[in-house]
Amino acid sequence: MSLIEITDVRKSFGPNEVLKGINLDVEPGEVIAIIGKSGSGKSTLLRCINGLETISDGSISVAGAQLLDDEAHLKALRLKVGMIFQQFNLFPHLTAGGNVMLSQMVVKKTPKPEAEEMARKMLERVGLDHKFDAYPDELSGGQQQRVAIARALAMQPIALLCDEITSALDPELVAEVLAVVRELAAEGMTLLMVTHEMRFARDVCSRVVFMHQGRVHEIGPPEEVFANPQTPELKQFLGVH
Amino acid sequence: MNYQFEFGWLFEYYPQIVKGIAITIQLIAVGAVAGISLGIVCAWVRALGPAWAKPVVAAYVELIRNTPFLIQLFFIFFGLPSLGLQLSELQAANLAMVVNLGAYSSEIIRAGIQATPKGQFEAGSSLAMTPFEIFRHVVLVPSLQRIWPALSSQVVIVMLGSAVVSQIAAEDLTFAANFIQSRTFRAFEAYMVSTAVYLLLAILLRQVLGMVGWLIFPRRAAR
Repeated sequence: MSLIEITDVRKSFGPNEVLKGINLDVEPGEVIAIIGKSGSGKSTLLRCINGLETISDGSISVAGAQLLDDEAHLKALRLKVGMIFQQFNLFPHLTAGGNVMLSQMVVKKTPKPEAEEMARKMLERVGLDHKFDAYPDELSGGQQQRVAIARALAMQPIALLCDEITSALDPELVAEVLAVVRELAAEGMTLLMVTHEMRFARDVCSRVVFMHQGRVHEIGPPEEVFANPQTPELKQFLGVH
Repeated sequence: MNYQFEFGWLFEYYPQIVKGIAITIQLIAVGAVAGISLGIVCAWVRALGPAWAKPVVAAYVELIRNTPFLIQLFFIFFGLPSLGLQLSELQAANLAMVVNLGAYSSEIIRAGIQATPKGQFEAGSSLAMTPFEIFRHVVLVPSLQRIWPALSSQVVIVMLGSAVVSQIAAEDLTFAANFIQSRTFRAFEAYMVSTAVYLLLAILLRQVLGMVGWLIFPRRAAR
């Protein structure tokens, strides 16, 4: 059994079918890059996996937790997958430490001292232990995104979903965030990332998924997908002829 | 114009004035705390709450916002006893102020909640928080911070509006002024003193609300 099983997933927004039957199985420790044009459904697919979007048809399960549209099932699923967003979405009224502690205390009922210890450990992991008491608007974009990663990690997920996590960052800040992700991958974290960082995808990912018009158009190890694209759409997307 | 100002009565009547001030302060303290609490609950229902409760709260808010405060007060004090709910002047005045501020503040707070970026809800959800936990821990404080100046103004308006509770003989500051001018016939001076006290109270109240904001909102959370 795979860690994440996505089977025949369809998703429509009104009459507009965005996902037209997606099948994808992810093994533990895999790092998957999802690439494709905007509008190809890659972000929607990611958002379906932890229930931010409800699926119209098909099924998704993560480590045996089925995606069903009720609070108990959603909670069980979301405890297994963390998510990191393009816009960081840190809580502006809490410090970096507070951001990392909040869900531990609220959702897992972790006592405050333990939550704080975990928060310090996670912030250290992303190289920001010295920013524990800083508020989000005192941090650079790259630092905010690293806090967001620490916040997700503190819930001890078995997989992380990354939705274009470097797209809102200045070029010089992209590297610091990718370095953290690279480290996570090396530690064996299962990662699904929608990304435009092709070189990163080539270096770090175990498989690359090319999405086109709501379908998985091509899939394979990065050396194959990038060096030897099969379909004209992927060739065009990569700019090779 | 040769009107002779005469403030000698102050020595005789200052206990009434002090009592009036105390009651006005008590009215706004209870009104603000309970009214804003009620407003938060109503704002939550209208912005994020269960569908069945929304029309109930909407009806309450529209009823209060579209009728005079004086009529609400009379209804509570003179009308409710017919249903067997007998309240003292002060209880009726307190209840009227809470009900009134509850309705107005709920609309202000709702605006703050609805201005919350969608990403905040999504971040909360992705961390496995329930909708109520997200409201309580993620949405509420920044929402209140967004609308705190508007809410503070509304509290001051309600404090000044509390003058009408003298009409049901609740012994607030206005009641004291009326009482003094009917005894001394020094209307100008009596209302001048009460005007000055209201002005002072309003300024003080703004300061207090600013301080409360400073305490409950972290230094830098403006967004």
